[in-house]
Amino acid sequence: MFGLTVGRRASAGPAVDDDTLVAAQRLTVTRGQQPVLCNVDVAVKAGQVVTLVGPNGSGKSTLVQVLTGLIRDHQGQVRRRDGLRVGYVPQHFRIDRNLPITARRFMKLAPRGRHGNWDSAVADAGVAHLLDRPMQGLSGGELRRVLLARALLSRPHLLALDEPAAGLDQRGQGELYRLIRHIRERYGCGVLVVSHDLNLVMAATDQVLCLSEGHILCRGAPESVRAHPEYLALFGSHLGPETAVFPHAHDHEPGEHCSHG
Amino acid sequence: MDDFLIRAMLAGFGLAVVAGPLGSFVVWRRMAYFGDTLAHSALLGVALGFLVGLNINFGIVLVCGALAVLLVVLRSRQRLADDTILGIMAHSSLSLGLVALAFMEHVRVDLMAYLFGDILSVGQMELWWIWLGGAAVLAVLVLIWRPLLTMTLHEELARAEGVPILPLQLLFMALMAGVIAIAMNIVGILLVTSLLIIPAATARLFARTPEQMAVLAALLGCVAVAGGLRGSWNWDLPTGPAIVVAATLLFSLAMVVTSSWRLVVRREQAADG
Repeated sequence: MFGLTVGRRASAGPAVDDDTLVAAQRLTVTRGQQPVLCNVDVAVKAGQVVTLVGPNGSGKSTLVQVLTGLIRDHQGQVRRRDGLRVGYVPQHFRIDRNLPITARRFMKLAPRGRHGNWDSAVADAGVAHLLDRPMQGLSGGELRRVLLARALLSRPHLLALDEPAAGLDQRGQGELYRLIRHIRERYGCGVLVVSHDLNLVMAATDQVLCLSEGHILCRGAPESVRAHPEYLALFGSHLGPETAVFPHAHDHEPGEHCSHG
Repeated sequence: MDDFLIRAMLAGFGLAVVAGPLGSFVVWRRMAYFGDTLAHSALLGVALGFLVGLNINFGIVLVCGALAVLLVVLRSRQRLADDTILGIMAHSSLSLGLVALAFMEHVRVDLMAYLFGDILSVGQMELWWIWLGGAAVLAVLVLIWRPLLTMTLHEELARAEGVPILPLQLLFMALMAGVIAIAMNIVGILLVTSLLIIPAATARLFARTPEQMAVLAALLGCVAVAGGLRGSWNWDLPTGPAIVVAATLLFSLAMVVTSSWRLVVRREQAADG
């Protein structure tokens, strides 16, 4: 099974042109009997920000893990550019409080942490003032920046961020996406972002993939996806920027999809 | 000082120096009960040793290692909670060991020595075992320190960075099995994990880096061994438990010192502000 997958990947796969960092074709992942991803096509090019949106359990994180090579047990073809360096920022990150460690030491533990791109990674992620703080004392936003700085140490071609804005307030989220844009410009890397809220990533995104139950419902530029009927059916138009992002009173039962206008 | 006291001291130090760094990982990886379960199965290793005519230390490493692998497998495909599985394994393997030893009528074993340790009767040969085994465990631990630490911090991140997770996990279990075999001579099956956990927890109160914590835990373990032996000598206490009590006293002392220090600092800050 495993060998077959590798063999298939080595054979003729999706065309990988110069700009393409990673591409998947007819990607299917099953866990037990349950399909997690179903016939997914996706490609990330250098300098491109691709955002995956979708409800919980739609397969976003799995897709990221396949594209970054964390999950190798899949069907379909995945092609990565030779020598592709991936920087990965996981969704959940909490360090046991029994483990005393500063941000600096945590970053130095990365494979290229000792000689890599240290100075500019620290400057670009804006973590110079955090380096000597214990990891457990960092706020959610500060922790995300340290993780980002650590991912930048290897000068990644592809940066994969799983729910980078989770747990941040609106201001923190805005700052984070500004930072992602800045890093994309500076490093020319492709960025793969997972988010459950399209509005947060609108300004920073080139392409949006909307996932539901392992299928890609729609894709395209953020504006076009936002107007797509499948997207509206999934998320409801109340999430649109013309109305408030914060929750407001609904006149229907919870669990029902709303479709005002 | 008498010969047997010197040997006991050397044996205890040998254990403490290994138990400090390894115990730090046990604390970080939240594996205290895992270690306890492995330790409980050591008696089964003793029985196996007698049964097959194997060196007892080998028997222990073998049984602990097998149980560790079994636990890793069970954990990955279980329907029961971790602590339930550990509870079942710990007590059933201890009971199984006791029953197996009872069956061997020709073997007379000092059960108390296995359960609570008998550091004062450590001989030349056992001392070699402790120091060579301890040195081997420590050498492997130093070699895998960086990837093991990365994996402990965040398994998924480590995997993304190419750390071989399963081999490291198994190797770590093997190291634990080795230390348990060493520690059984000194503090006994029931108290093994205390020397892994208590000095490491004490060191945590002062350490700023993982390495500081590991080294400090080793030193504190040595102090506990010396203190326990001293107490045992002066007041005729059982030595294994006396060592654990000494470690606990150190921990309590450290708690009081660090808490009051924090209080003082906070007061000063309040006064300054």
